[in-house]
Amino acid sequence: SEKLLKLAASVPRDSLVAPGTCFGKFTKSQKFRLSVTALDFLAPYAKYKVWVKPGSEQSFLYGNHVLKSGLGRITENTAQYQGVVVYSMADVPLGFGVAAKSTQECRKVDPLAIVVFHQADVGEYVRNEDTLT
Amino acid sequence: RPPRGARGRLTAACLPAEPETGRKKLSSHGRKRAAKRRLAAGSGPAGRRPLGGGEQEPTGQTARGRSGFSDGNAKWLAPAKAKKTQPKGNRVELSSDGEVEEGSWEMEEEDGSSEEMVDDYGASSSEEEELLPIEKAALKQKSEGEGLSEDDSEEEEEEEAEEASKQKMGQKEEEGPDLQLNVDIDEQFKLPTSEDIEKEDILFISEPPDLHVIHQRIQGNMEVLQDFGVKREEGRSRQEYLALLRRDMAAYYSYSDFLLTKLMDIFPLPELVNFLEANEVPRPVTIRTNTLKTRRRDLAQALINRGVNLDPLGKWSKTGLVIYDSTVPIGATPEYLAGHYMLQGASSLLPVMALAPQENERILDMCCAPGGKTSYIAQLMKNTGMILANDSSAERLRSVVGNLHRLGVTNAVVSNCDGRQFPKVLGGFDRVLLDAPCSGTGVISKDPAVKTNKDEMDILRCAHLQKELILSAIDSVNAASETGGYIVYCTCSIMVEENEWVVDYALKKRNVRLVATGLDFGKEGFTRFKDRRFHPSLKSTRRFYPHTHNMDGFFIAKFKKFSNAIPQAQKDEGPAVEALPAVPDTVITEPPTKKKKREGSKAEEEQKLPQPALKKKRSLQAQRRPLKA
Repeated sequence: SEKLLKLAASVPRDSLVAPGTCFGKFTKSQKFRLSVTALDFLAPYAKYKVWVKPGSEQSFLYGNHVLKSGLGRITENTAQYQGVVVYSMADVPLGFGVAAKSTQECRKVDPLAIVVFHQADVGEYVRNEDTLT
Repeated sequence: RPPRGARGRLTAACLPAEPETGRKKLSSHGRKRAAKRRLAAGSGPAGRRPLGGGEQEPTGQTARGRSGFSDGNAKWLAPAKAKKTQPKGNRVELSSDGEVEEGSWEMEEEDGSSEEMVDDYGASSSEEEELLPIEKAALKQKSEGEGLSEDDSEEEEEEEAEEASKQKMGQKEEEGPDLQLNVDIDEQFKLPTSEDIEKEDILFISEPPDLHVIHQRIQGNMEVLQDFGVKREEGRSRQEYLALLRRDMAAYYSYSDFLLTKLMDIFPLPELVNFLEANEVPRPVTIRTNTLKTRRRDLAQALINRGVNLDPLGKWSKTGLVIYDSTVPIGATPEYLAGHYMLQGASSLLPVMALAPQENERILDMCCAPGGKTSYIAQLMKNTGMILANDSSAERLRSVVGNLHRLGVTNAVVSNCDGRQFPKVLGGFDRVLLDAPCSGTGVISKDPAVKTNKDEMDILRCAHLQKELILSAIDSVNAASETGGYIVYCTCSIMVEENEWVVDYALKKRNVRLVATGLDFGKEGFTRFKDRRFHPSLKSTRRFYPHTHNMDGFFIAKFKKFSNAIPQAQKDEGPAVEALPAVPDTVITEPPTKKKKREGSKAEEEQKLPQPALKKKRSLQAQRRPLKA
């Protein structure tokens, strides 16, 4: 929030580590890469969600993509390559992903096909603590 | 078969049944006992006979009347009175007749009849009846060996043996404690001479010390020290016992001598052992629910479903859970990764509870890594207000950032300044939490290296740093804030130099006063220690120990700042600018707008104001004025 920013301004620049929460970073080619720290803020607004079965929760948290066999639910009308938020069956947000197949295709495809590409997951908090900004 | 003595004490109701069983055959053992009894009886009741004679008649008659022997013993079983008058002769006759069994039977009758009289004869024989045959034989052996009488002389016996062995102490090294192992607990603890200690040191170099022996020696030594007047050895001072105890404990628990000396000053001896034992064992794993994202109930349910065995932490915490065991790693469950809880020691919850941050306040956490307390503050404030999370170590700050993001804390700014710079960088906070870097003597169970690598200089260095930090912390608080003006100082150490001394220093140097922490459990801090005397309000500080509360050692003190003025180094500063009369002072010194920096010039202005020449002592002030929470 703004008050926070004003306060952060008074801390000497070298010493400031993190004012508020980091959403993501800008890359050298001016693209914005969203990081998992933005999950809490975006999750409630997600239009397209994917639920993952308990068995493959851990696999996703390790950074693997989601296979059809691990797919629990998916919102209707998800287009292909649509950004999604990945949830566990208990409605705990696990991370971000990209739908590899649209909902219709997901029904037809074989169990070992990838349905969601992994982009960011909360496991990174433990794995990549240092690079987390 | 019932013990012999019991027959003598049978009630009227029981006796008629007895003779039906007939005369019992005595074993050789029984015969021996009977013989012994005769011997004892001869010397014993000599003086009591007149009494016995008087009392014997009724009892004897009743006994006889009761027993009514149906076997053919009536002819030689004369009335008890007659028997008593010539006891020895009869017995001898009987034994020579070979009817020893009858004789002993008779003895027992007499015993029974003389039960109302408490005489040595009766007492000793009944005692004998109680003992098992083996014990009896052992006693007899001992008495024969030492030439002492057998009843109640076990202790005396051993002590005599000890006297003899003590003289030989110089030659025997470890035999002292070895004897202890074999003999009763009653035995007195023997202090080895300095020769022995030297020999032990030599032994130590060549082979590892026998821990069991050292442990026994520690226990023996402690027993003596508990009851020193009685159990001490003549000519050996208390200091020698203490020195030995210190050496043994240092060897057994692997502490440095310096640290052990410090601990012995803080704890009385039995508590010291408990403390040392508690440090060998890790404390239970505890977690704190992140109420920004979930409730404790739901979290507990989710974790139980994953196979974790847990319980609420205690009445004093609404967010803590203690983990007994779990099938999954606690630091890697999806709930952890989603930020539903934080792994945190139970004692770390306490300073934040003492701080009691309110919503929409500005809080400074001066040494925040790894961010457990900061996130707890944030959750108590429900993400309102502002927290400045500072730490002087950049690597550890990464974990702070990670944790804050994970737990969904949005009102925190993380900075990497040295804590001592603080009022200059930013001041005017409502509350400050200072979890000062310390020697870590309270968390030895987590980091056993502390046992040996801390020495006097380390402690003093820590204390110096803590004093500087606490002054900065106090200066960063705005005393005139409506809801705040509190500083909480805490360390994970139990040393008095780092705790009470620092607090006392702050009380002297700044316009603050100690208030109740709001924690109703925990030991009170010391108001005096060895040669130092602290301010009496130190009773409101709290100490926690691993062995009493099953959490890491901790110390917590809560200050309230009542004036923003910084007193000059004067003898009678302080009292003139106390809280109530200081209201006009604060109005003058602080501009109405929220100015963040407190300059030294303002303090000087303050000093020039007419101060009442109240040379009251600060302690008197504190006593008169009730503490405002």
